[in-house]
Amino acid sequence: MSIDENTAARVAKLARIKVEDEALPALASDFNRILGFIEQLNEVDVEGVEPMTSVTPVRLKRRDDVVTDGNQQQKVLANAPDAREGFFAVPKVVE
Amino acid sequence: MLDLTYETPKPKVIAGAKHDWELVIGMEVHAQVSSKAKLFSAASTQFGAEPNSNVAFVDAAMPGMLPVINEFCVEQAVRTGLGLKAEINLVSAFDRKNYFYPDLPQGYQISQLYHPIVGEGEVLVDMGNGIARLVRIERIHLEQDAGKSIHDMDPNMSFVDLNRTGVALMEIVSRPDIRGPEEAAAYITKLRQILRYLGTCDGNMQNGNLRADVNVSICRPGQYEKYQETQDFSHLGTRCEIKNMNSMRFIQAAIEYEARRQIAIVEAGGSVDQETRLYDPDKNETRSMRSKEEAHDYRYFPDPDLLPLEIEQAWVDDIANTLPELPDQKKARFINDFGLADYDASVLTADLESAGYFEKVAQGGDGKLAANWVINELFGRLKKDGHDITTSPIAPERLAKIVALISKGDISGKIAKDVFDIAYTSDRDPEEIVETEGLKQVTDTGAIEAAVDEVIAANPAQVEKAKANPKLAGWFVGQVMKATGGKANPKAVNDLVSAKLGL
Repeated sequence: MSIDENTAARVAKLARIKVEDEALPALASDFNRILGFIEQLNEVDVEGVEPMTSVTPVRLKRRDDVVTDGNQQQKVLANAPDAREGFFAVPKVVE
Repeated sequence: MLDLTYETPKPKVIAGAKHDWELVIGMEVHAQVSSKAKLFSAASTQFGAEPNSNVAFVDAAMPGMLPVINEFCVEQAVRTGLGLKAEINLVSAFDRKNYFYPDLPQGYQISQLYHPIVGEGEVLVDMGNGIARLVRIERIHLEQDAGKSIHDMDPNMSFVDLNRTGVALMEIVSRPDIRGPEEAAAYITKLRQILRYLGTCDGNMQNGNLRADVNVSICRPGQYEKYQETQDFSHLGTRCEIKNMNSMRFIQAAIEYEARRQIAIVEAGGSVDQETRLYDPDKNETRSMRSKEEAHDYRYFPDPDLLPLEIEQAWVDDIANTLPELPDQKKARFINDFGLADYDASVLTADLESAGYFEKVAQGGDGKLAANWVINELFGRLKKDGHDITTSPIAPERLAKIVALISKGDISGKIAKDVFDIAYTSDRDPEEIVETEGLKQVTDTGAIEAAVDEVIAANPAQVEKAKANPKLAGWFVGQVMKATGGKANPKAVNDLVSAKLGL
């Protein structure tokens, strides 16, 4: 798989990371080096091997259906650049 | 015992300018799990709370916070799967669906793309009169809901409330087996009914606790059958997805509009673009949500914060053992045990509360009579007074007594309506009402005979007329009923009048 400048630009846009046009060739080439490195893994034969999801035999932790959190509007909004009447206020986004 | 034989309905056909067209519809229904806390946090799911008050730091995606799954939500997904006769996957896993929107602070939704918790199932969609459509369910997965953006509080700003962020949803995905707008509405109705029976979702569409994305395409007659034979989608038209519908009426209108729009495009030689559309009820049209198109590359990947969800067969079996009687079974039982008509059985099993109420009334003896009283008298009165069955002023045990009084011949159907009215408005016991008000039907033939004799003796002219024209005997029956305050058994009066007049 080879990443060209257009693909690099698209990936940056989807991730909402601003990349200047002149930085795209270097970014695309970085992507290719990273992917090339990872592709070495494809050389390993994993036919019939279950994907490993954890290095310890841990069961996914569960919680009971009990409300013990919330009621902290001030804290939740504390980092918001703008908040009004209990809401986050953001630039207009409308369909 | 279960008689579930049915005929398949005909697909809706729309006549285009050039050809006839059929509709093919699949639905993704988002059903909010009826949990107290969210899917991955301990914040409340309560509707209508102060903005941003039901928010844990996990929901606000504060750095370092980790999701911990709510086991009750998992149980409800399994229960729903069992209720839809679906396979339960003992191992499922969560994935991140990445996109940016102000009401999604994580920048991704935790969902289950690759390994959903529930696999293939089915819903039998009742269309009445022994006609039903079997809609295949492809999968059910658990996922987080997004927050809510409000756009009309300020001309330049959108306001974001994260209370709904992270609430557990079951996305129930159907196969494209629905063939018209009415079927689509009937499918949602049936699914909602099953969810409410199971108690896994309250089905409140107005609050958005049940909403649907509707996939619509069109095809020429015959094409759909080819698809069903091969499961090859190339026999069908290109579909468009109408997002986020939470009204039965609008779902039907949107499908109708969308089908006609696609027909017009194809008949003019164009082709339908696969896209997401939004229905505008004010204009009754669908329009493209172009802004969403570009974001459609969701770059799913397994969520590294969550291990696979492994559940045990024994736990699934425990849940299966607590499943309630489901709507199809209950309806069949009502038809078999109480001799109800198909329609009446459907009405009474529409929700658990009505069905439970009816069963208590039916203990009065006559199931059919009980059904008539519940559907015609009680439902009519409740509707008129703005009550529902759960707030009925008359308890089912009391209505059962009225039905029993009619069955025993103690009161006539006409008097029963008066008794019902008193019991409904006064919290009095029907047996006591009949006793105190002296409403008991006179079945003593001696007393009725005396009344008949009296009327005949007092009206010799009418007797002559009636002998010439037997239809006039009804006048005597009316007079006797009047004389006895409506308490005489009408059949006994009829028989006696006929006998005395020699008719």
